[in-house]
Amino acid sequence: MKVAVLKGGASMERQVSLRSGARIAEALRAGGHEVVEIDVDQSLVLNLREAAPDAAFIALHGRGGEDGTVQELLEIVGIPYTGCGVLSSAWTMDKSLTKSLLQKHGVPTPRFVAFGESAFKSLGASDALDQIESLLGFPVVVKPARQGSALGVNFAADHSEMPPAILSAFSYDDKLLIEQFVKGREVAVSVLDGEALPAVEAIVRGGDFYDFESRYEIGKTDYVCPAEIDDAVAKRLSAIAVETFTLLGCHGFARVDFMLPENGEPQVLEVNSIPGLTQTSLMPMAAEAAGISFEQLAERLLATAQSRQAYPIG
Amino acid sequence: MDRKRSSKHDLERYARLFAERSEKVKTSAMRDMMSITDRPEVISLASGMPDTKSFPKDLLESVFVDMARHHSAELLQYTPTEGITPVKARIAEVMAAENIKADVDNILVTTGGQQAIDLITRVLVNPGDTIITEAPTYPGAVPSFLSFQAEAVQIDIDDAGIRVDLLEQELDRLAAEGVTPKFIYTVPTFQNPAGVTMSLERRKRLVEIASERELLVLEDNPYGMLRYSGEPLPTLRELDGGNFVIYLGTFSKIFAPGLRMGWIEGPSPVIEKCNIAKAAADLNSSGPAQYLIESYFEQADWRDWVKTANGIYKSRRDAMLTALERYFPAEASWTKPEGGLFIWATLPEQIDTTDLLTKALRSNVAFVPGAGAFLGSTPDPRGRNTMRLNFSGVPEDRITEGIRRIGEVIEEQLELWRTMTGEHRTVKTDAVAAPEESSVSWLAGRKMKRQAG
Repeated sequence: MKVAVLKGGASMERQVSLRSGARIAEALRAGGHEVVEIDVDQSLVLNLREAAPDAAFIALHGRGGEDGTVQELLEIVGIPYTGCGVLSSAWTMDKSLTKSLLQKHGVPTPRFVAFGESAFKSLGASDALDQIESLLGFPVVVKPARQGSALGVNFAADHSEMPPAILSAFSYDDKLLIEQFVKGREVAVSVLDGEALPAVEAIVRGGDFYDFESRYEIGKTDYVCPAEIDDAVAKRLSAIAVETFTLLGCHGFARVDFMLPENGEPQVLEVNSIPGLTQTSLMPMAAEAAGISFEQLAERLLATAQSRQAYPIG
Repeated sequence: MDRKRSSKHDLERYARLFAERSEKVKTSAMRDMMSITDRPEVISLASGMPDTKSFPKDLLESVFVDMARHHSAELLQYTPTEGITPVKARIAEVMAAENIKADVDNILVTTGGQQAIDLITRVLVNPGDTIITEAPTYPGAVPSFLSFQAEAVQIDIDDAGIRVDLLEQELDRLAAEGVTPKFIYTVPTFQNPAGVTMSLERRKRLVEIASERELLVLEDNPYGMLRYSGEPLPTLRELDGGNFVIYLGTFSKIFAPGLRMGWIEGPSPVIEKCNIAKAAADLNSSGPAQYLIESYFEQADWRDWVKTANGIYKSRRDAMLTALERYFPAEASWTKPEGGLFIWATLPEQIDTTDLLTKALRSNVAFVPGAGAFLGSTPDPRGRNTMRLNFSGVPEDRITEGIRRIGEVIEEQLELWRTMTGEHRTVKTDAVAAPEESSVSWLAGRKMKRQAG
């Protein structure tokens, strides 16, 4: 099959995407596919027309690639593509939309509030800060709503730490969420073709939080896969991951990130519609633990391009 | 279920193989972010690129032809590790232009100034050894220092360069602990990243300190010739006479960085050791690059291009200074360099320039956040509200537009901050009654932030 691997782009996660894309391209070539690697820019449509691939493998992360934009374009030019469709991509990209939907359906996720920069600027949202603080209680985590790889994520232990945290989050997106901090283990469950893969736990050396550096620097984080958790908890994680996947209308694959408290329900933090596929990424590890090699994984991810029911954009 | 520890994983197999020194040099979100600054629509005030577009093409052509015609066999061959003699003579000539009498035998040609820093660190620093640098320091030197596991002590600089009084205090403190630093690394003239120049008084004192305490000083001088105003000052190497000062030079700014041609000039025992280290690193610097230098110096007066380039940079520096006055907030301050390639700006302390960069990139403009020029524990709080701005790489209109856009995102951040801290109300009421009070209320907001930290 002729496959266009879309990678790079102009998002903050460009380098991560280049690594994911290169790895996927290599695996697909090993699987006998004809691969064209496209670094996404203004010439994307022209490049796609020239390449005329049978399918597009979207190895983009962050804005533009993971939020439905490229998916929409691919539907217009009529090229089947891997993973989630337009709507579920847009939905999962936004942590606040994702969490609202999960909350509505009773899926456990930490309490939160979300608002845009305009609410601050013109509606006086800052006057509601004390109310937000008493609703959630400290510490809280302030996150940009639509940014991956933990960029712009800051903790606030008390009121005085809120303004810098908010300023930082708004640097990455004009919408943010303030979330109750849940202490626990960071666990991710990847879903492939509607089934949960074994959970992966990320343990950052030195007890730091799982930030950008610890995600992509080899040797900074220990990964345990399958995570060392009770079978009952593992089952619960899988069930919640699949439920989340279904509720959000995901197609093919996605990764659901959890915080697993000492006692109590696993809490969904976010959903990644295009999980990282680099050397240090969690989904390939989970696949390997399930006996799926990286080449096989690449093949199965590619197959999701064909299994989607093509539908015109309404 | 078959539980598998990460150590068995592919990734961990490699992780265990890496040497400790490779773990010291970190990847960062910043580095990844900088990779999107080279898109054509981005006005990059980030890189330290000299202008190469204006270099006369016909001259370059005749240099290449001359080189190929007269040195074809030699330039294709291995060359001596220390560099070919004619180039070493040219280096002595360039140094003479700064009043330094250099012996060609004490010169080692390196692959860019970067290799000079790397070789010196390699031959002088054992893991755990202390070195001294400026705060902020040239970020490009940091990976070399870190990978040889040096413990860097940073000394603050101000408008007159390194604070020699603080340096002496620190040296006393270290001496009391029985620690002798291996060297003091400084860019005394038009410093990278700060753009400041060490005063004559401090130069003299630094050289005295080095001699009194028998300490080596690495004088990194890539920009010395790029002076657009003010009077030239003697180099540390000139003042010292070559006893304790090791001089690092480069053709990158007086000719072209693409050649990767630099040098070390210093006491012969140090040069000998560096020579051996260079043989291990790359045997010799590129033959074509060396013969290109030789042909270029044959065909033209190297000062002509420096003069042309200085004219270009002066006008760009002036454009940037004017734009900063116009578009940066009153609370910001910046250096006013007499030469070199960089201006260093300090913003109100609630602004984190790494965060600001992501916002700026959405407005298609880039700069270098200052945090990378400080070596403290990550994240080093020093420098988080600073930025390095380059004025040599883009023409005046783009500089003005770039600074305008940065000013705009700074203003957005400040506005948001004022909204959050409730300060806007004070400003508003004060603004009606007494506009000049607004700066006072800003200070009040700042105080709040200090308590927060």
